[in-house]
Amino acid sequence: MLRKMLLASAATVVVTAATPALTQDADSLTIVSWGGAYERSQQLAYYEPFTEETGVEILQESESANGLAGIRSQVEAGNVSWDVVDLLQSDAQRACDEGLLEVIDPAEWLADGDDGTPPEEDFIENTMGDCFIPQILYATMFAYNTEAFPDGGPQTVEDIWDLEAFPGTRALQRIPQKNLEWALLADGVEPDQVYEVLATEEGQDQAFAKLDEIRDSVIWWEEGAQPPQLLADQEAVIATAYNGRIFDAQMNEDQPFEIMWDHQMFEVDGWVIPVGNEDELDTIKEFIRFSTDTQRLADQAQYIAYGPARNSSASKVSTFEGTDIEMAPHMPTNPENLETAIAFDVQFWADYGDALEERFNAWLAQ
Amino acid sequence: MTDATMADMAASGGQELKTSDGRSLKAALKASQSVERRRAFLLVLPLLALLVASFIIPIGQLVTRSVYNPEVASYLPETSSALSGWNGEGVPDEEVFAALAADMVVGAENRTIGRVAARINREMPGTRSMIMGLSRSAEELQPPYREAFLADDEGWGEQALWRFLKRETRIITPAYYLIATDLEYNAEGEIVQRPENYQVYRTLFWRTAWMSLTITALCVLLGYPIAHLLATQPLRIANILMILVLLPFWTSLLVRTSSWIVLLQQQGVINDMLVWLGVVTDSGRLRMIYNKTGTIIAMTHILLPFMILPLYSVMKTIPPSYMRAARSLGATQTYAFTRVYLPLTIPGLAAGVLLVFILAIGYYITPALVGGDSGIFISNLIASNMQSSLANLKLGAALATILLVLVMLFYFVFNKLIGVDRLKFG
Repeated sequence: MLRKMLLASAATVVVTAATPALTQDADSLTIVSWGGAYERSQQLAYYEPFTEETGVEILQESESANGLAGIRSQVEAGNVSWDVVDLLQSDAQRACDEGLLEVIDPAEWLADGDDGTPPEEDFIENTMGDCFIPQILYATMFAYNTEAFPDGGPQTVEDIWDLEAFPGTRALQRIPQKNLEWALLADGVEPDQVYEVLATEEGQDQAFAKLDEIRDSVIWWEEGAQPPQLLADQEAVIATAYNGRIFDAQMNEDQPFEIMWDHQMFEVDGWVIPVGNEDELDTIKEFIRFSTDTQRLADQAQYIAYGPARNSSASKVSTFEGTDIEMAPHMPTNPENLETAIAFDVQFWADYGDALEERFNAWLAQ
Repeated sequence: MTDATMADMAASGGQELKTSDGRSLKAALKASQSVERRRAFLLVLPLLALLVASFIIPIGQLVTRSVYNPEVASYLPETSSALSGWNGEGVPDEEVFAALAADMVVGAENRTIGRVAARINREMPGTRSMIMGLSRSAEELQPPYREAFLADDEGWGEQALWRFLKRETRIITPAYYLIATDLEYNAEGEIVQRPENYQVYRTLFWRTAWMSLTITALCVLLGYPIAHLLATQPLRIANILMILVLLPFWTSLLVRTSSWIVLLQQQGVINDMLVWLGVVTDSGRLRMIYNKTGTIIAMTHILLPFMILPLYSVMKTIPPSYMRAARSLGATQTYAFTRVYLPLTIPGLAAGVLLVFILAIGYYITPALVGGDSGIFISNLIASNMQSSLANLKLGAALATILLVLVMLFYFVFNKLIGVDRLKFG
């Protein structure tokens, strides 16, 4: 949230200052993403090869944390400087509903899989949106510091709620999304009924009551960088986190973290195209087609532990860059990790997000 | 005095004052002054333009957004006019459904239907997918429309939905202000309290206010003696002390906030020291951050210079002889302080209080980082609403407007009590 606000103010400056220079210039594309290791993986897997092949320069902006608000203000002002934006599926849904994004025809925009599968079938089920082209699949799940649990850490979501067997502070993200689902799962709701239950008043009561049980042992995080830090400091012994962040801490900082894949919640992140760049649409289409083909998606996975959104890419995923560590076991899409996984329901949250966010804030403020 | 009366007087007196080149003195004066005035205006013009562009227009937009409600009125025009004939009982008749079907086709084409859905969904969760689902196949709908809608989703038969739509045909709505004060319309269109487990904004406004007051009070308690020390020590020592006050002031806000995290967290420096000293046990480490305590400590530290500096500038001008005079006339130390010194420092004290309180009440970053759940401010909710759906953006605008009005009210009351013209900011 903090970064969002800083970016929000920076974005305003960037938008106003950079707009005249960047529009109408099909020699370059302005692509907006999340910064950090993730944007680097895109740069290496997509941007640089694309520039090499077409000569089109890619201008990077790390503003995705403020993506929805940024697209909204650019489109409303009729002055769109962002060509392609990396967004979460839920934000993409909102922007698409508001008419801020180009509608995508998969057959026209996207390449077939390298095995000849048409794109509609090649991308993982239910991830393609009207205005949204998925890139990666990432997981939010619980992770823990093994030093805090010498006799073995929590293995199931029920264990997370077991304060006696696994004492210590839990760090959860300060949003209702996923926390409410896990609360219901820990309370014995069947995985395939979670969203059905959560759509009812009683189900919501049940979820909040379950969260009440551990509330005194919870601290809340906002930024993806916080959970690895909190775990490293042992400020929290268990934390929800994005799998790529934990992988990064394990590999690059040798942190004694363990991921608990039980009931991981996976969702996709992908590209959207704001309306208002008709002149550059051909170049944009070329980029989208190039960057979302089977090989590029597989390439990205050697730089970061997020699963490619195409089924045909899965077999091409190789090792972590500069090492001989196989990436597959660290992927949320690895069959073993997927056993009890829950697909994050973007449609449910588009419907109930406003209300549940409010109730969640009210619950926190009590 | 008007020009006419001046002219009358000059005429009746018969001795109008003239300059050496024969022009009327009044006109000449006016001409020379108007050049000055124009020049002065040109000098402030950049500032004026900046204020209008970066302050007045955005605030105007903010206020407009918080009440502007075009979704039903503008994007469902046929439905709006058809609904004006509905009496609000039961489910409307075929005419309204036919109008909605026509609006849906246009809305799907123009891609405005999503905004309607978002607006309705904000107050009736779950209706978004019902509306979006139907809009995809709106063109294929066949009369009788009422049956067709109900067959698609029985949610279309809810009286509450139609009453809501009828109410929303107004282009200006107080609905976001109602939510922002934990109120809502009930099914009968009366304004009522929201269910208890959704009430959050009043609590947060109240918390923001009292925590800001606490922070201001702590700043006074801590800042007053320091400012006094600064003002009374010999220059050499005072300068060193001043640098100690200013150094943190010049340090990045983020750095200072993060340092407090390092100090205050459960595995942090202070807790480590307390455990080492045996004051607390290792399992009983104090939680001093990610709650109210954390916000109050960090913000007091960050805002302290805004209290010290105006106080110092006023105290510096108070001659020490005043206190000595009071003592020599028989006043005790306390009496001399409360009757002589304190009243003289009021302009600086009041300026510090005003600065710290107003800065605190709109603070965002520090509560976001160290506030956890119980220590966040209303500005944090404004920010999260601004980043969210279109309807929440408007709610954020309403919350921000209320905050603005509260600050202005505070300033007004403060001005009445103390008088802003008396303040000395440094």
